[in-house]
Amino acid sequence: MSNNIFVITEHLKGQVDDVSYEMLGKAKELAASYGGQVIAVLLGSGAKSLADDFAADKVLYAGHPQLAEFNPEGYCKTIAGLVNSHEPKAVLVAYSSQGVDIAAALSVECDLPLVAYVSNLNAESITSQLYGGKMSVESKVEGERYIAAVLPGAFPADAGKGGGATVEEVAVPELDGLKVRFKHLIEPEGGDVDITQQKVLVSVGRGIQNEDNLPIVQELADKLGGALSSSRPIVDSKWLPKTRQVGKSGLKVKPKVYIAVGISGAPEHIEGMKDAECIIAINTDPNAPIFDYAHYGVTEDLFDVVPALTEKL
Amino acid sequence: MNIIVPIKQVPDLVEELEVDASGKGLDREWLKLKVNEFDDHALEEALLLKEENGGTVTVIALDGEDIDKALYAAAAKGADRVVKVTGDFEVPVPNHTAARALADVIKSMDCGLVLTGVQSVEDRDGQLGVLLAHYLGMPHISVVTHVSVNGGEVTVHKEYGGGVVAEYEATAPVVLGIQAARETPRYVPVAKVRQAMRSTALEEVAAHAADAGAGSSVSRMFKPESGGHAEMLQGSAEEVAGKLAEIIKSKM
Ligand SMILES: Cc1cc2nc3c(=O)[nH]c(=O)nc-3n(C[C@H](O)[C@H](O)[C@H](O)COP(=O)(O)OP(=O)(O)OC[C@H]3O[C@@H](n4cnc5c(N)ncnc54)[C@H](O)[C@@H]3O)c2cc1C
Repeated sequence: MSNNIFVITEHLKGQVDDVSYEMLGKAKELAASYGGQVIAVLLGSGAKSLADDFAADKVLYAGHPQLAEFNPEGYCKTIAGLVNSHEPKAVLVAYSSQGVDIAAALSVECDLPLVAYVSNLNAESITSQLYGGKMSVESKVEGERYIAAVLPGAFPADAGKGGGATVEEVAVPELDGLKVRFKHLIEPEGGDVDITQQKVLVSVGRGIQNEDNLPIVQELADKLGGALSSSRPIVDSKWLPKTRQVGKSGLKVKPKVYIAVGISGAPEHIEGMKDAECIIAINTDPNAPIFDYAHYGVTEDLFDVVPALTEKL
Repeated sequence: MNIIVPIKQVPDLVEELEVDASGKGLDREWLKLKVNEFDDHALEEALLLKEENGGTVTVIALDGEDIDKALYAAAAKGADRVVKVTGDFEVPVPNHTAARALADVIKSMDCGLVLTGVQSVEDRDGQLGVLLAHYLGMPHISVVTHVSVNGGEVTVHKEYGGGVVAEYEATAPVVLGIQAARETPRYVPVAKVRQAMRSTALEEVAAHAADAGAGSSVSRMFKPESGGHAEMLQGSAEEVAGKLAEIIKSKM
């Protein structure tokens, strides 16, 4: 075993995801306390240059046409092989669409404990956010080595940028006959409004109860000259189009004013709006995690406050 | 194609959560439980696939509080078989333990697809579907929003940020972590659940004893410290609305 920290980096459409840099920055701290090195792991095809800005001691690059795009099966096989042969102290994987398919797979294939939803970690403790952000827990792992699935946005990305790592090309295992095959990417259809360009967003969540109540929030958005956005369940229920969804699997927004109406503030929602300049939350649950991120909070019923607010503007 | 859907009960976040006396877990005395919402989506997608392509849907769960009710509700929605894996499980059961116990039972079933909810609010040791896939030796795709079946091949959409999706083809059997079914999960009235309780045979299978657990344990549970950076505005709805209007105007 080594005291090195593996960071499983990820990219989509030729762009490294910020979470990779966030993990690299954190890994630097961890490596310093364990007395090891930061090893970035990069998979792709002709993608070596994506590592140019990695702040790491070394990059292990696995290049293969079958790895050009993310493939849960091919990626897990390749990464598990690297983890098993290098035996790093810790492996950081993003809690992202790709990372979900990697972290637990490594836990089984490399027989290592996995701690998920990690919001902070150091050599002494690993903290996770559970219950939609309503509780934090510290975990203690058995044995010397572990995998942490890290929440995007938990650490600053800048600390993980810099470059200068040596890149080592590694052998890729047999990838013929994979049962999962990548076909293509599908881009979303353009929507009527671009919520990433709005100064004011009134964002509605499940607290609105049903589709017929949407005019209450739409009227507020209209009055403010802004647009209506939403949490995921509203889109899943088809009350608003996908282009209005804020969060992990939606869009990242940074309006001047973000008014979250009946939104609990699950980590996946927070990821998309925490950088808004002024966040106002209206939620009847005083313990809703959204209040940890909002600048101003109101615990009155949205059905009373929102119409009154529209009236006053 | 036969589809297996593992489900579990998780705390309903609408209720206030408290830490128990040990300081390491939730106070479960008054906790309200509900089926993991993503499991509901997995079941819905399974039922839709069955309606399109035939086959069966088997819903399986580890024994635990209120699980019979959840299994009968699944039967009322259209599941062909409901199976309870009995044993002495930790509460909440680590997903590693759950995945091993489920894999043991699923191994002997004829199945083309396993649909799990992509995640739950209690996944401290990782997501169930991916663990299950590796214990079963099956491939997996998570964060799935679209599934179609064509013979032994499935086409799925895996979702990324900003509404971008990646299309994959996979050869069954495969485990899919469902993010959202294409329809809102169906609702069953209590009367139909009661009827299912009388007419459905709930199968029980014993889990193999002695499990290794998650490889980690909780040393402390606490409410996130920040406890609200938000400045809370007090007063009647009218008064609060007045204050909000001033704040908003000043920020624009
Ligand atoms: C892989 C993945 C990706 C995801 N991506 C996203 C994403 O991009 N965006 C996203 O939003 N979610 C995403 N989610 C879902 C996320 O986990 C939550 O389920 C979701 O954000 C919850 O939405 P909500 O806050 O509207 O609903 P809830 O969590 O149900 O919250 C509703 C809130 O309304 C409040 N309320 C109820 N009645 C009233 C009233 N009368 N007045 C005031 N308040 C009231 C309640 O107190 C509650 O806090 C994702 C999940 C996964 C697994």
